[in-house]
Amino acid sequence: MEHYLSLATKAIFVENMALAFFLGMCSLIAVSKKVETAIGLGFAVIFVLGICTPLNQILITVLLKPGSLAWAGLPDVDLGFLSFLTLIGTIAAVVQIVEMAIDRFSPELYNALGIFLPLIAVNCAILGASLFMQERDYTLPEAAVFGLGSGIGWALAIVALAAIREKLRYNNVPPALRGLPITFITVGLMSVAFMAFAGIQL
Amino acid sequence: MAEITARDAFVDPIFNNNPIALQVLGICSALAVTTKLSTALVMAVAVTVVTGFSNLTVSILRKGIPSSIRIIVQLTVIASLVIVTDQILQAFVYSTAKELSVFVGLIITNCIVMGRADAFAMQNKPWVSFVDGIGNGLGYSTILIIVAFFRELIGSGSLFGYTILKPVTQGGWYVPNGLMLLAPAAFFLIGSFIWILRTYWKPAQIEEEFHVGALLELGNEGHLR
Repeated sequence: MEHYLSLATKAIFVENMALAFFLGMCSLIAVSKKVETAIGLGFAVIFVLGICTPLNQILITVLLKPGSLAWAGLPDVDLGFLSFLTLIGTIAAVVQIVEMAIDRFSPELYNALGIFLPLIAVNCAILGASLFMQERDYTLPEAAVFGLGSGIGWALAIVALAAIREKLRYNNVPPALRGLPITFITVGLMSVAFMAFAGIQL
Repeated sequence: MAEITARDAFVDPIFNNNPIALQVLGICSALAVTTKLSTALVMAVAVTVVTGFSNLTVSILRKGIPSSIRIIVQLTVIASLVIVTDQILQAFVYSTAKELSVFVGLIITNCIVMGRADAFAMQNKPWVSFVDGIGNGLGYSTILIIVAFFRELIGSGSLFGYTILKPVTQGGWYVPNGLMLLAPAAFFLIGSFIWILRTYWKPAQIEEEFHVGALLELGNEGHLR
């Protein structure tokens, strides 16, 4: 249990997807103008990451690892080179299914998250989590914890950034710095703050 | 839409309409691989090749792709090209490929590749699309290499692994600035880069609505804070 707890803490704070690995930067910068929309996208990301990462873990163990096709009578086949295609295919499909399922069962949630779901298919954080999971050889429960943790960390980063940007509007920023450049510098400062977690040994 | 000449498609994204600095695309992977010039260079070449060929392929297929499933088709084309690139990198520059780790795979979700395939290659002929892809890839490469140049020079006093400023640890005089090798420095560098670009070269890019909106809100609230 303690192992999973420390894995989650690590994924949320120490190795924050957005601020330590720069993943999901495009949407982090584009959708962080308002706190409400940022919360919407944040939850959508947590949701999709929580489903996709364990699902991809299962696919990798059952289909892609060397020798994993032994159950089908093909012990020598190594489909490892197909991993990128499998991962992104799963993510795109899950996003599509999640979108349809939410639309069917909870129209209010669909109205809130709907516009963000297509964006998520190409969010680097989702694919990044799956790739890290593959590289670090996580087991299924580890993958689930890691996926959820990274999602929460990413959501935390975008909500915090949106809150800062809302306050920032009351400041007189030099003209050429307005908008994008000052956002980059803000993210940089947030990243410095998150570096403080890096010293924590878990 | 007027026909876009190959020359414009090539030159425009490098100088006038740079994907990272002015269109704000593809920053995801751009920052993580720039601690060293050599990894940045390999990444730049990989992205340029993938963007070029994905544009070419999507443009050839454009008449047969139904618009409702175009994203999946584009993703499949891009993912296949990235797999090929990854295999080539692992075969020829294995150590750099190991350092790039997951970021080669993340070219798939690089917004530049997707963005150009969807916005340009779906409407234009193969040759122009190919050139546009290469141009955008080179525009991305320019920023990547500039950022990597400063990070490696200031962070470890070397370029391409050759010592330029001799660090104190090896008996020289230069104290390396370790912050440059950490994540925040990349944000600061890109932010300052866009700042400089907008001050001296592209004042039209300045986002005015940002502050005007604030003034309006202040007016409505009637007080400053």
